Amino acid sequence: MVNTTRVLFDEPGPRARRRIALATVVAAVVVLAVLFWAYRGLDASGQLALARWKPFWQQWAVAFLLQGLWGTLLVTLASALVAFPAGTLLAVGRAGRRRPLRWVCTAYIEVFRSVPTLLLVYVFLFALPGVGLNLSIFWKLTVPIILINSAVIAEIVRAGIKALDRGQTEAALALGMTTGATVRRVVLPQAVRLVIPTLVTQLVALLKDSTLGYVVSYPELMKQANNLANNTKLLFQAFVVVSAIYIVINFALTRLATWLETRIRQRTGARPGGAPVAGGPVATAVDPVHDLPTTVAPH
Amino acid sequence: MITVLQDNLGALWQGVLTTLAITALAFLSSVLLGTLVAVFRVSPIPPLRLVGAVYVEIFRNIPLLALLILVAYGLPEVGISLSLFTTAVLSLALVSAAFACETVRAGINGVPVGQAEAARALGLTFTQSLARVILPQALRTMVQPLVNIFIGVALGSSLAAAVSVGELTYQAQQVGNRTAEAMLLFGISALVYVVIALLGGGLGSVLERRLAVRR
Repeated sequence: MVNTTRVLFDEPGPRARRRIALATVVAAVVVLAVLFWAYRGLDASGQLALARWKPFWQQWAVAFLLQGLWGTLLVTLASALVAFPAGTLLAVGRAGRRRPLRWVCTAYIEVFRSVPTLLLVYVFLFALPGVGLNLSIFWKLTVPIILINSAVIAEIVRAGIKALDRGQTEAALALGMTTGATVRRVVLPQAVRLVIPTLVTQLVALLKDSTLGYVVSYPELMKQANNLANNTKLLFQAFVVVSAIYIVINFALTRLATWLETRIRQRTGARPGGAPVAGGPVATAVDPVHDLPTTVAPH
Repeated sequence: MITVLQDNLGALWQGVLTTLAITALAFLSSVLLGTLVAVFRVSPIPPLRLVGAVYVEIFRNIPLLALLILVAYGLPEVGISLSLFTTAVLSLALVSAAFACETVRAGINGVPVGQAEAARALGLTFTQSLARVILPQALRTMVQPLVNIFIGVALGSSLAAAVSVGELTYQAQQVGNRTAEAMLLFGISALVYVVIALLGGGLGSVLERRLAVRR
């Protein structure tokens, strides 16, 4: 925040401070008015009545939601455990020098990066059982998530590999290390460290993808919310509650990513091609890591 | 196989057009809304900064499917009924705007402080230095992330199928269901999405080259 302010304007003088104070009051009034208007609208529809929210505090409803949360975590963890190593392998394959392998990895990454997860879920749900591949519901949800996110993670790791100074590889090779050892012991440890924040952000994407359990009827949070809505006839409330749960979890993960980013920046000190970082995440224009797709997938 | 395609070309084409329309509208509105929220976030006025920050944290972290369901089935209970198409565009735009805002903000942050200082030293006003000095430079670093957002919007629009919006994924599933040629139809739709993503990426590269500084 402080940085943004410093880029755009000087320390305000007395006149500017008066104007800012006036604008603050006006903005606060407008914001409060809008909030009040929204509250009135909600209240008039009767959706804010306490009786419509109370059911979600009852033990059975909480247990129901916890079960959903467990399902969500299970899908997210299973996808992460497979997609992260698979993505790393794909990235190494694409960055490597062996031609056929590079082509295969590139093709895989480019195709699966550009296909919607839901479409792939439909393939496992409606098309593949016809040709004899009928997975359990859990895998019908998790395999598409893995297939697509491996490609996305591969691009993230590859960006880390590209951001790494070439001297690292050259030095390792000059020391007589084999190509494999260079990749495993010099390139990957540093490259992955560079992109850890982005990878944490990708966990958020995985978690969001798990909401597709709603489509395949796997009892994760979203599906459980739907069941809860059907049982209680409180659809609006049920989905507001689970949305809030998702926002809290994802917010925590996003914060973790930001924290890691600051920490990594501080520990590595000078960025390649940039000035030493003083006090916080100032993005330099030529910072390759900062331009990583931290925010690739809005869905 | 061929006849299935011939018979259902209309439905599929309709799906492609709907996907393109949703993507285009949602992307444009998300860039506009995102820029507005970014302006809120960099403004010196605390309430606006708060609104911007809260907006970003909510819409960056809510799963698109949750928002789609809330808008499609939840809002009617509050007395706001939107068409399915509007539901899809609105939800996608709201979510993507949060990402667009962060892109714009990172772009502005990425411009070296000296540029703004020089602009002020030359006597440019806040608006002038923003419009003439900061934003043109910020735009360059923003192209690639914006392309990513565009592709995200195109892929995200498929989620609208889960609330029965007749876009590409939905049509492919419906036609596939009727005709037992599911694999073929999903394959074709996947191809369309890949082409949309490639076109978006290509356009981005062209734009990036156009905007690049020639020294």
